[in-house]
Amino acid sequence: MIRIALNRILQGIPVLFVVITVTFFLIRQAPGGPFDAERALPPEVIKNLEATYRLDAPVYQQYFDYLGNLLKGDFGPSFRYPGRSVTELIATGLPITLELAVYALAVALVLGLLAGLLAATRPRTLQDYLPMALAMTGICLPTFLLGPLLVLVFGIWFEWLPVSGWGYAPGDKILPSLTLGLAYAAVIARLSRGGLLEVLSQNYIRTARAKGLSTPTILFRHALPGGMAPVIAYLGPAIAGLLTGSFVVETIFQIPGLGRFYVQAAFNRDYTMIMGTTILLSALIVVLNIVADLVSIKLNPQLRQKHRHE
Amino acid sequence: MQMSLRSFPYSKKSLLIIVAFLALTGCDLGETNVESAIESQVLHLGNGTEPQDLDPHIVTGVTENNIITALFEGLISEHPESLAPMPGLAESWEVSEDGLRYQFTIREEAKWSNGDPVTAADFVWSWKRILTPALGAEYAYQLYPVAGAAAFNKGEISDFDQVGVRALGEKLLQVTLENPTPYFLSLLAHYSTFAVHPPTIEAFGGVTERGTAWTRPGNLVGNGAFLLKSWRLNYLIEVEKNPDYWDAENVQLSAIRFYPIDNAQTEERMFRTGALHVAATTPSSKIAVYQESDPQKISISPYLGTYFYRFNVTRKPLDNPKVRRALSMSIDREAIVNAVTKGGQLPAYAFTPPETQGYFPPGGDDGFAIRYDISKAKELMAEAGYPEGEGFPTLELLYNTSEGHRRIAEAIQQMWKQALGIDIQLANTDWKVYLSRTNDLDYDISRAGWIGDYPDPNTFLDMMLTDGGNNRTGWSSPDYDRLIAKAATQSNQKERYQSFTEAERILNREAPLMPIYTYTRVTLRDPSVKNWHPNILDHHPYKYIFLEKEGADQ
Amino acid sequence: MNNKMLASHHPLDGQDGEYGQSLWSLAWAKLRKNKLAMFGLGVIVFMTIIAVLTPLLSPYPQEAQDLTLGAVPPSAAHWLGTDTLGRDLLTRLMYGGRVSLLVGFAATAVALVIGILWGTIAGYFGGIIDAAMMRIVDILYALPFMIFVILLMVVFERSFLLLFLAIGLIEWLTMARIVRAQVMNIRRQEYISAAVVTGLSRRQIIFRHIMPNVIGPVIVYVTLTIPGVMLFEAFLSFLGLGVQPPASSWGVLISDGVETMEEYPWLLIFPGIALSLTLFSLNFLGDGLRDALDPRTTVDGDGG
Repeated sequence: MIRIALNRILQGIPVLFVVITVTFFLIRQAPGGPFDAERALPPEVIKNLEATYRLDAPVYQQYFDYLGNLLKGDFGPSFRYPGRSVTELIATGLPITLELAVYALAVALVLGLLAGLLAATRPRTLQDYLPMALAMTGICLPTFLLGPLLVLVFGIWFEWLPVSGWGYAPGDKILPSLTLGLAYAAVIARLSRGGLLEVLSQNYIRTARAKGLSTPTILFRHALPGGMAPVIAYLGPAIAGLLTGSFVVETIFQIPGLGRFYVQAAFNRDYTMIMGTTILLSALIVVLNIVADLVSIKLNPQLRQKHRHE
Repeated sequence: MQMSLRSFPYSKKSLLIIVAFLALTGCDLGETNVESAIESQVLHLGNGTEPQDLDPHIVTGVTENNIITALFEGLISEHPESLAPMPGLAESWEVSEDGLRYQFTIREEAKWSNGDPVTAADFVWSWKRILTPALGAEYAYQLYPVAGAAAFNKGEISDFDQVGVRALGEKLLQVTLENPTPYFLSLLAHYSTFAVHPPTIEAFGGVTERGTAWTRPGNLVGNGAFLLKSWRLNYLIEVEKNPDYWDAENVQLSAIRFYPIDNAQTEERMFRTGALHVAATTPSSKIAVYQESDPQKISISPYLGTYFYRFNVTRKPLDNPKVRRALSMSIDREAIVNAVTKGGQLPAYAFTPPETQGYFPPGGDDGFAIRYDISKAKELMAEAGYPEGEGFPTLELLYNTSEGHRRIAEAIQQMWKQALGIDIQLANTDWKVYLSRTNDLDYDISRAGWIGDYPDPNTFLDMMLTDGGNNRTGWSSPDYDRLIAKAATQSNQKERYQSFTEAERILNREAPLMPIYTYTRVTLRDPSVKNWHPNILDHHPYKYIFLEKEGADQ
Repeated sequence: MNNKMLASHHPLDGQDGEYGQSLWSLAWAKLRKNKLAMFGLGVIVFMTIIAVLTPLLSPYPQEAQDLTLGAVPPSAAHWLGTDTLGRDLLTRLMYGGRVSLLVGFAATAVALVIGILWGTIAGYFGGIIDAAMMRIVDILYALPFMIFVILLMVVFERSFLLLFLAIGLIEWLTMARIVRAQVMNIRRQEYISAAVVTGLSRRQIIFRHIMPNVIGPVIVYVTLTIPGVMLFEAFLSFLGLGVQPPASSWGVLISDGVETMEEYPWLLIFPGIALSLTLFSLNFLGDGLRDALDPRTTVDGDGG
């Protein structure tokens, strides 16, 4: 187990290196620099600014400087917000994005598993079709459509929930979490239904049924652990999707998370901020994928065998 | 995960719990921000994007202005309705006969928020700071009317004593101008001319260091009606009343909250549900809705800005003034403002907005005025060698990505096709690409907007000077340059305006740019906000504002 | 429909040919019984025909606008109403559908070509080549692609080609994995060994014997990938990074429609229906195909 984990972590390092390198040279290819402004700056001023941020050095020099600073844990200063370091900006945005992702994941798991359970216990009845139809709708509705629709219904028509914000007013975290989580709930519903149906058709379940165990007991004690395998395998990609996909929700609900910082940074050519965000999110995704893999292996003895042989 | 599933064995029960949870957390919204503000006198403002900084000598934006004017005050303040210069930190001033020398008396009670008195020396120090080339202040040119300021800022002279600002006493400031500048007092209400607290700046890193921590809450020392209380990035900036402000007894708001909201749809929804008193932008589709159902909540007022297209005169066929005039005369500006922008904008036929401090651009009867005249436009195109658009190359229209710009571009694209039979290709890029391409003259036609810095035609017309950093069309006219330079030396307003009129006539004849409309400010404002007056700069001095239940007189 | 064509790719007669023939006809029979899948197939075919024939069928020219008209609800002249520039929504929807479907199909095609080639080569040769190639796939899997695509679209001038490439480059990874697994399966079958013995070249074996047998799972994955791609295009449009006006796509129409959903609901409802219906149909068809081609319910393939 530890060997697998170490192995995976070692694999992650070249990934991050590729991310850093590609991003670094890609953004410097972009037309327009961080100091282009509507009111043109005198050339002397631009020269001063570029010297301040060491943008006057050759690009490869900047690249090695950046790598060097990175090893020291320094993401550099933000170009957009004078006096703010990228670390400071990330430190304000990341906890919010993580919180949003956790709530959305909770929504996805609770609603998704519930729908999957309902559907799998009575396949090919209304109790199956209805949740699955809803799940399909969830998959087919873009987030940027679902969000404003939820706001319109719950925020404006019923006036139950605030229309935006994150911690401004009680209850304002509900709609963003729902908006982000529902698409994933839909996928989890379909996966858990499939997984459960497969397990329920196995011999040991039939044996349990024959022994006269009650349906809930069979379902929760025997079927669920096995039936969850596909859902658990999906968690890694799901969390990655939640983290990188959060900025649509952050834009619609004006949440001060990392996603909004990232998109603003891309538009503002805030080089260091783009780099910092990309590196951080990549690292998170790499780590989460490793964790998801390890959990899958731990829960599934067959996979463990396979890895031992590899 | 399995635990939680076990605790919800039945789906109906769990559904009930979810519903109950939603009901408990959701239904109890209580008072809205707007309702509770009557009691607390806290003003909630939508404020566009996150401010870059709060240093008056560094920033350039409107959102920054809105916050900085709460934290600092200039020598001059603005009348809340007319924006006429009023005593600010200076309680009085004298102007010499020739209009070149100003002497300000700073009020005795004017204090920094740490208790230090505001002195004339603070202003000299601050003006030196913004003019120091190493600081790279983008708005340094606001002080160029001061004798020697431009030369100092450009590094031509290094001795600040040669710049026309002097402390004659602790509270006495003397300013000498290069030319009589009728709008000079208005400039002193602009944040770039404000004083900052020298010991604070020096304590946090020195005169020419950009972006030090001095603007953070707890560090910032200001002299305005409010103090910086908290600053949470992309979230909220809160200022609270400054009890030591010289006019504190007349300040009624206890605090102002600025929310950076860059999505107009979200901002409007927040306004509608009572989370905001004022929304900075209004989606155009909502204008008619408010006018119909809540006319007291929406106000449309002229704004000192022009929306226009630039022609790249270095490229064929746009190097031909006839082509440029034909393009400008074949668009239906009335239809654009009525059907596309719908915000009460005025069709613009000249660059300077009408009635800019009593100035009216040449129009109507003037021989070279731009007007909507398709047959004349066709004639011009034929004269230029493109009858019915024959042989006219497909030009590219560049604009920065935005729903509003796109709609206008699409409408104009169609108008040109119908009127002149020419094809235009639309190209949208993001803001930075757009800026770098217009700057490098790497475009055919590009969308642009210009907002005046101060109420005077000069803020528009000096943009088109040959060496103007914002010219960006490649257009140059010695006659034009000469007229603008002449206006700068004239102290008689009527003669000055005559020079501007002649200059603008050249602009109309040559048409390096195509004015489309004069901006308006469409503001959503709750009726409980009193003493908030629409004006052409959209400035609203907070010290006069208070919140009162509806029905009371504005 | 598909079975004949695919069966004809199968050059070996005898048992394998029979087996292939019966597998495809069996699958087709199963699919025909699945009402939802058939409905989905019908919708897709219908949408595709409309998209192809749009220039002939659209009630108005693509650019026609009538500023004085503005946004009006559905009427006899404009069956689905007009947008705020007075453009016929049905026309916009038809032209937008062309773009959306094109992006969906073309980007998937990019993924298909790279994925099949990569997966087949890795699966066929196995050993160290396979290990190296799949390790690259693993590495790429861990990249935050969404972020890169946004960066790409911000940084470079937007073009259809870039859009296809960017999306296709994300989607080929899963395709490669699926194909590899399938190829490894088939390689172990006897008829491949037989083909090797008869002296067919590797290329011939790969293209004539292995590829056709990989097609089943690939079709399933394709029908499930296209909706993902169309959603992603819509998402880019929401960020203002989608197609260039006056061209539009369903994604553009929806993100415009969302902004005016209270004043002009038809501008959201009809594009929303068009996109959702197509996505539904593709998903139903994909599910149906999966069930038809594989009697057991498979659990993977929805990920990402």
